[in-house]
Order: sequence, then structure tokens, then C-alpha cells
Amino acid sequence: MVSSRQAPKTAGTAREKQRVNPLLIVLAALAALFFIFPLIGLITGAPWGRMASLITSQTALKALELSIIASLSSTALALIFGFPLAWLLARGQFRGKGLLRGLTTLPMVLPPVVGGIALLLAYGRRGFIGEPLDKATGITLPFSLAGVIVAESFVAMPFFVITVESGLRSMNRRLEDAARSLGARRRTVFIRVTLPLIWPALAAGTVLTWARALGEFGATITFAGNLPGVTQTMPLAVYISQSSGMTDEAIALSLILVVVSLVVMIFRRDRSGAG
Amino acid sequence: MLEADIRLRLSRLNLDAAFTVAAGEVVALLGPNGSGKSTILRALTGLLPLAGGRVVLDGTVLEDPAERVMVAPEKRPIALMFQDYLLFPHMNAVENVAFGLRCQGVDKKTARERAATTLGRLELGEVAEAKPGAMSGGQQQRVAMARALVTDPKLLLLDEPLAALDVSIKTNVRRLLRDVLSKSSAANMLVTHDVLDAVALSDRMIVIENGGIVQTGTPAEVTGRPRSRYVADLTGVNLLAGTARGALLDVDGGGRLVCAESATGPTLAVIAPAGVAVSRHQPEGRRENAWQGKVSAVDLMGARVRVHVDGTPAITAEVPPAAVDELKLDDGGELWVSIEPAAITTYPQ
Repeated sequence: MVSSRQAPKTAGTAREKQRVNPLLIVLAALAALFFIFPLIGLITGAPWGRMASLITSQTALKALELSIIASLSSTALALIFGFPLAWLLARGQFRGKGLLRGLTTLPMVLPPVVGGIALLLAYGRRGFIGEPLDKATGITLPFSLAGVIVAESFVAMPFFVITVESGLRSMNRRLEDAARSLGARRRTVFIRVTLPLIWPALAAGTVLTWARALGEFGATITFAGNLPGVTQTMPLAVYISQSSGMTDEAIALSLILVVVSLVVMIFRRDRSGAG
Repeated sequence: MLEADIRLRLSRLNLDAAFTVAAGEVVALLGPNGSGKSTILRALTGLLPLAGGRVVLDGTVLEDPAERVMVAPEKRPIALMFQDYLLFPHMNAVENVAFGLRCQGVDKKTARERAATTLGRLELGEVAEAKPGAMSGGQQQRVAMARALVTDPKLLLLDEPLAALDVSIKTNVRRLLRDVLSKSSAANMLVTHDVLDAVALSDRMIVIENGGIVQTGTPAEVTGRPRSRYVADLTGVNLLAGTARGALLDVDGGGRLVCAESATGPTLAVIAPAGVAVSRHQPEGRRENAWQGKVSAVDLMGARVRVHVDGTPAITAEVPPAAVDELKLDDGGELWVSIEPAAITTYPQ
């Protein structure tokens, strides 16, 4: 996932002229079209005449706001808590490390709705953490914005952890030795050597996590519910509109998500991307 | 001045070596792979904690496990140039070289100026703004040298500084390095497995094998009177150990030599391959210092040919290429070797 910065730039130029198998081109083209057609569908099926009013409707704006706040918050949480976890998994030497990695990255493969139910049993009003938390502080997570953030973090953070861990693993740690031998304190080593070297992994992990959080549906609706203006994020609003027959609204909201995601993907390629 | 007594135990190595390096002196650590050379450098920098012994630099104790003294690597006035350079790939040459100065608290502008000056001294002005990935191996090597030198360390450690270079530029870089080291007021140590580098660059050599020092002395002493098979092989001489009684030397493992000098007790004998004569038949009129053996290998060394003769004792002779044909050396038959007593140098073990 992390591109080596020391890779020779000339590698591969000699191969560019090589003939590519036509079958490969056909299959690749089919794969590309498979992704492009639905986008075309969204664009051609959009109610362009009513677009302005649909997008600026109270429900849409509120859902967008909630989505952005929740996804950015859970990305921030991933940075704060996920980075130390990734560090521990990459550099720590302790028993049960493999098990810990498996447990903390399980949500990547778990159906999100299952995650939502598990979250309810732990952090819900009757959950074994949630109940004492409620009694002690009065804080309840389900059916609140905080609950949305928890649900999104649960599903998205593993992407950050696993990407950053692989970045930390693939960097040459002896460069940190070199920095220390040159007089750099641990903090300086981290800021001037480690961080720049794992920057591509960090950027990729952040974007991946944010995108996963933005699109989160199953865990959110299970754990945080679907309260318009409180926990109804964009994906939930899209689903509700679609299932209640308001197809135009659903398409309009979907297009907003597509645009936001596209902007980020393009931004990402420019910043951390392949040159 | 460095006073070091390094003791530590790694999985396959039990390191125990005590030595000193004076300020301005250049000491070469010579030894086979896995003998502990690079480990000694890592231990001196503090990247590898000692189990016992101590490291004292200019009167300051940097490490003494018994006294629980351990100065962190970043606080030691030591610079280490790594064998694979370990330049920071995300920084250009100036930033790489300025890094150590910045860590010492030198302001950015001054650090960059001093870095640029040092790069200029090493003829690297044109790559100052380039990143390591865009440099040749030789340029990377010199940037690494500049990075180690720029902080004016009290102890300069060079781990195989020339090993990764192409032969074509090695000579030039060696000259440059010798120049730099001769002006250095630090205690300088370089690790090498190349005798030529050690002889060309150092004032004194320390030979290390299996974690222990087997010989120390000037390059002339060490190469002229090697105490280990390793050094003898590197310099390409025959080294025989034995017991002397007057001019007679009973070689360990069999054989007897008549030497020009008398000695008593355990003795080492060095014989240059050029001093070993080879013939098909027993040399006439010579009884001593002549024996038979089978040719075990024939190597071409430049314009000369080395013949390894497996007799009692085994010995290597050097002959002109024409002799290969004349003596039919490659048919593997029996051969006679003979040595003039004057070609044998003996010294106590």
C-alpha cells in the first residue's frame, strides 16, 4: 500500500512498448465499464430540474452536515487512538499480538450490521459498558451523534490501523538509528524521520478511513438509529428516501456523496499519489 | 581519546575487546564477516547496550553497566557512517548533512551553510539540492561522509566506508577519505575487511576474530608478521605455526623447516608465495625445506599464478603463468616444493 520512495524512477520505461494481450484489454475495459455505468446511471437519472431545491432541502443539508461531522470525528479518533495501536502492532513485542491484530481488524470483514448489534450489547443503554457509563455520567451513546461516531469508528478505524501498521513495518528502522546517532532525540526522530517516511501510508490510511466512515450504514442504523437531524447521515437518508418511494431525493443525495468522494479521491492522488 | 572495553553477548557472538584510540589517530578494525567489527561500532554509539566493560571518551564515561552509566546515543559526541549510508531518502544532501547540526541546536541558516561548506569540501556542490535516490553510489557515500564529519565528533566511526563502491572510483574516494582522516582531530575508527584499505588509511590495525582481538599493531607489523590465518590469507602469505629448536621449526601437523634465524618455543613462520619454488622432480642438492605434495588448486592472480600444494605442510607457491604449461600443473600430479631458509621469517607466537 505504501509506495517506496527509493524506487528507481526509470524502472519500467523499457517495458512500456511491450505488447499487451488483447484479452487483457477487453477484460480490463469491462471492469472499468462495470464501475462507470452506475455513475452514468446516477447522472442521467438525476432530476436535474429540481436538483437545487432537493439538495438544499432541510433533510439533505442536515444529513450532509451530520455525515461530515461524524466522518471527520471518527477519522480524528482513528488518528488519535488508531496510530498508537498501529505502532504497538508494528513495533511491540508481546504475546498475543496476532490475536490482538485479528480482534482489532475484525470489523473490516464483519458485516456492519453485526457490528452494530455487538456495539449495542457493549455500549448500549443496557450494555455491560453502556449501563454503568449511563449511571455514572448520564451519557448514553445509542441514538445520539456520539453513537454515530462510535459506530463509524468501529467499522472504519481498522482500515487506518492496518494501513499505518504496514507503513511502519515497511520503513527502514535503521534510519531511526542513524538519526539517533546524529544526535536526534526520540521526538525529533519521530517528527523528522519516522513521520515523513510513513507519510504515504498515513495519508492513504486517513483517506480510506474517512471514506469508509462516510459510507457507513449498517452499524450506524443498528446502533445509532435513524433520527432525522440527530443520527440520520447521508447513507441513511438515501436509503430511507429510496425505500419510501422518494427516488428523486435518493438520487440527489447520492450524487452529493459521489461528488464529495470524487473530490477527495482526486485530492488524494495529487497529494500522496504516484508521480 | 577513546578507552573502550566492550563486552556483550549476542546469539552467535561473544564479544570481549579492549582497546584505545588516541585523538587524531586512525585505527582500522579488521576481521572476517561475523567477527564482531560492526557490533563494536554499534556498541560504541550506544545503539547496542553493553553487558560489561566501559566506554570512556576524552575522560567522560559514556557507558559503564557496573556503575549503571548509560549516555543515550543522541547525547554522545560520536558520529557513525553506516556501511549502507542510511541517508534520509526524503531529505536532499544539504538537509541530510545539516540534520546532525540542527539536532545540536545550531540554527537553520548556519546549519545549512556549514552543511554546504562540508559538501563543497567533498566535491559535492552540484548534488547539494538532490535527494539520495537521484545520486550515484559514490555521491551517496560522500554525502554520508559529510554527514558524519560535519558535527565535529570526538569519535568518528566508519563502517566499511568503501565496501559498496565500484572499483573504478574506489581509489579516488580512498584518497579523499585519507585526506579527510589525516586532518581529523577526532579519534577515528574504521571497520574494513580489505587489507588495502586498512593499510592505506590507518595508523594502527586491530585484528578481531570471533569477538576477540587477535592482533594489534601498525599496518607494517600486522601484515609483515600476521598472527592469524585470516590476516595471512588476506595478505596472501603462508603462515605456519610450530615449535622452534634453534634453526629447526617443527610445524604443527607435520613437517620440518630449516630457518635462517634461531628461535625457541612456539613460533610463527611467514613465507611469501614468491619465495616458494616449484618443480616436477626433487631439487638437486637440497635435502631440507623440500617436500612433495599434490596440486589442490591453481589461481590466476593478475600476472602471476598461485599454486596450492597439498603436502606436509600445505603451502602456496607463486609461479609465472608459463610454468602452468611447463610443469603441467593442471594434471593434478605430485609436485616438489622447496624454500630457501632466508625466505622464512619467524617470530614468537
